[in-house]
Amino acid sequence: MKLFGLSAKDTRFLIIVILLTMFTPVLLQPFPEGSGLATFNAGYPDLMQRIAIFGIFAIGFNILFGLTGYLSFGHAAFLGIGSYSVVWMYKLLDYNVIWGLPLAVVISGLFALVIGYISLRRSGIYFSILTLAFAQMAYNLAYSVLTPITNGETGLQVYTSDAQVLLGANEPDSPHFFGIVMRENFWQPNIGGWEFTFNNGYYFIAIIAILVFYLSLRIFRSPFGLMLKAIKTNQTRLNYTGINTRPYTLAAFVISGMYAGLAGGLMAAMDPLAGAERMQWTASGEVVLMVILGGAGTLMGPVLGAGFIKYLENIFSKINDTVLHGWFAALPDGLENFIIGISHFFVGKSWHLTSGLLFMLVVIFLPGGLVEGGKRISALFKKKPPADKDAEHHPKEAPHVAE
Amino acid sequence: MGILEVKGVGKRFGGLQALSDVTLSVEENTVHAIIGPNGAGKSTLLNCFVGKLIPDEGSVMFDGQSVLGRKPHEINQMGISRVFQTPEIFTELSVLENVMISCFAHRDGSFRLHPFETVAHETDIIEMAEHILEDVNMIDKREMHAASMSRGDKRRLEMAMCLVQEPKLLLLDEPTAGMARADTNNTIDLLKEIKENRDITIAIIEHDMHVVFSLAERITVLAQGTPLVEDTPENIKGHPKVKEAYLGESA
Repeated sequence: MKLFGLSAKDTRFLIIVILLTMFTPVLLQPFPEGSGLATFNAGYPDLMQRIAIFGIFAIGFNILFGLTGYLSFGHAAFLGIGSYSVVWMYKLLDYNVIWGLPLAVVISGLFALVIGYISLRRSGIYFSILTLAFAQMAYNLAYSVLTPITNGETGLQVYTSDAQVLLGANEPDSPHFFGIVMRENFWQPNIGGWEFTFNNGYYFIAIIAILVFYLSLRIFRSPFGLMLKAIKTNQTRLNYTGINTRPYTLAAFVISGMYAGLAGGLMAAMDPLAGAERMQWTASGEVVLMVILGGAGTLMGPVLGAGFIKYLENIFSKINDTVLHGWFAALPDGLENFIIGISHFFVGKSWHLTSGLLFMLVVIFLPGGLVEGGKRISALFKKKPPADKDAEHHPKEAPHVAE
Repeated sequence: MGILEVKGVGKRFGGLQALSDVTLSVEENTVHAIIGPNGAGKSTLLNCFVGKLIPDEGSVMFDGQSVLGRKPHEINQMGISRVFQTPEIFTELSVLENVMISCFAHRDGSFRLHPFETVAHETDIIEMAEHILEDVNMIDKREMHAASMSRGDKRRLEMAMCLVQEPKLLLLDEPTAGMARADTNNTIDLLKEIKENRDITIAIIEHDMHVVFSLAERITVLAQGTPLVEDTPENIKGHPKVKEAYLGESA
């Protein structure tokens, strides 16, 4: 089956991604409510929204970093720009996100054009430092200098005194999409102890995420994507082959900036706030971690990485000593305290230690990220006769480019 | 009037006069070799042709246009392709993809934003790439990871990438440097084949006399940054000045 101009293999892949995204509220809720393991359930709207938003952010970042190898440390700036754009539209027009989101994409695209044009004069570490400098400048501007626009330390939010010229009499007073209120749930079934939450906001983001994932799939398979991969491999050869690499890298930078702007806009679409802390360099670093953890240059990697990090951040940080005591209460006191004493360092406030260790393990043993891990595991289960394996290495009959 | 006209080119690096008053002319559809001992300025001269270096004085005209001050990608689009001393290819991509990139550059120019087309649907590009791979006997390696090939094959691939663009001038920078004799002979055969089958001008910078005398129709000998003599291979072989440059005064 071939759909949307994709090869049969990519169509299957896209369908799997769509199914996974649509069933996330069920998949992330594997344990019944009230059981000891319910702490590990992640199917609540706030977390699912975050995973999807950071998934979009990482998909975009991967187009720049995964394909061209240019490591930007300043993409959080576009996240913040997206958020401010959306909140400003709430203040000026009304709570419908339809005004803010396209604006977020356009404005962050324009900023990316300027920042990228300057930063891409250098490559390697100098490029990274330039983007970092721009992002920190943006953060400081937002935090103090541009207070009239960003509301500084307090963060930008909607006040009753704001214009909101399009606000209708019966319009919801929180972000919505033509009346579909983001924070409301449209279905909350309780099936034999399992509680599922189907949230408007999550599905709104999920649909956008699928669209932008499809877009990145097309970019990966396009001549443009091939050029970006070539830039990562050998820029000298590309120059002497008649290709001007600068506009290609700039286009990749702007596209990834627009993805980041969209992600930032969606954050404000879920929660009508925008703060300067969203632009801090730690947020830029986080997306780098996500992409590397999942697998840079792969299609699914960034989303997996985003999911993993957000899961750890929100679930492991919830496990405090009280929860631990509940789990190990059956053990003798000495042993219980010993186990809790050790696990104490990996959960709760110290969840960063777990994510750090995980990151180290992945980088050392799986340079291709979680995606490579998945491939290795599936290779273990596929026991093929040698002849088959040989055919896989020389697929003369069915070359992937001619599919 | 040759396709490549070099007039009075000089280049200085600090205290070193790398090139001074180099004048030479490469005739269309010939193989022109530039030889000379180590440090004679061969590579500097080549870098002046492709836009990597800008000479301090003199002019380099290709096909009636000056190449000076142009970027490498612009010079390539004018019709000069370059083969490097160590093969420069896209090691992370497949052999076919390597050649396809050249095809795209030839068809679409130095930049085209085409993020929604699909590579697999560009049948004319794929055909073009497969055709050239057949020409250089690499069609059976089309799906191979370029990094995993032997050095001789990498050189072959690099040549294919240059040839598929149908350049007017092919520049070769010591194409057999560091190669075993067998690989060197393969490369010579390949170049002869290329020359026989198409209208192409080849300028070759070389160290290895065996390669030069089997290929070149015209030879320029460079020593200490200036051309000593320019002549046919037969006349160069016994030329006293050339012997002197290679072996020193006493010889």
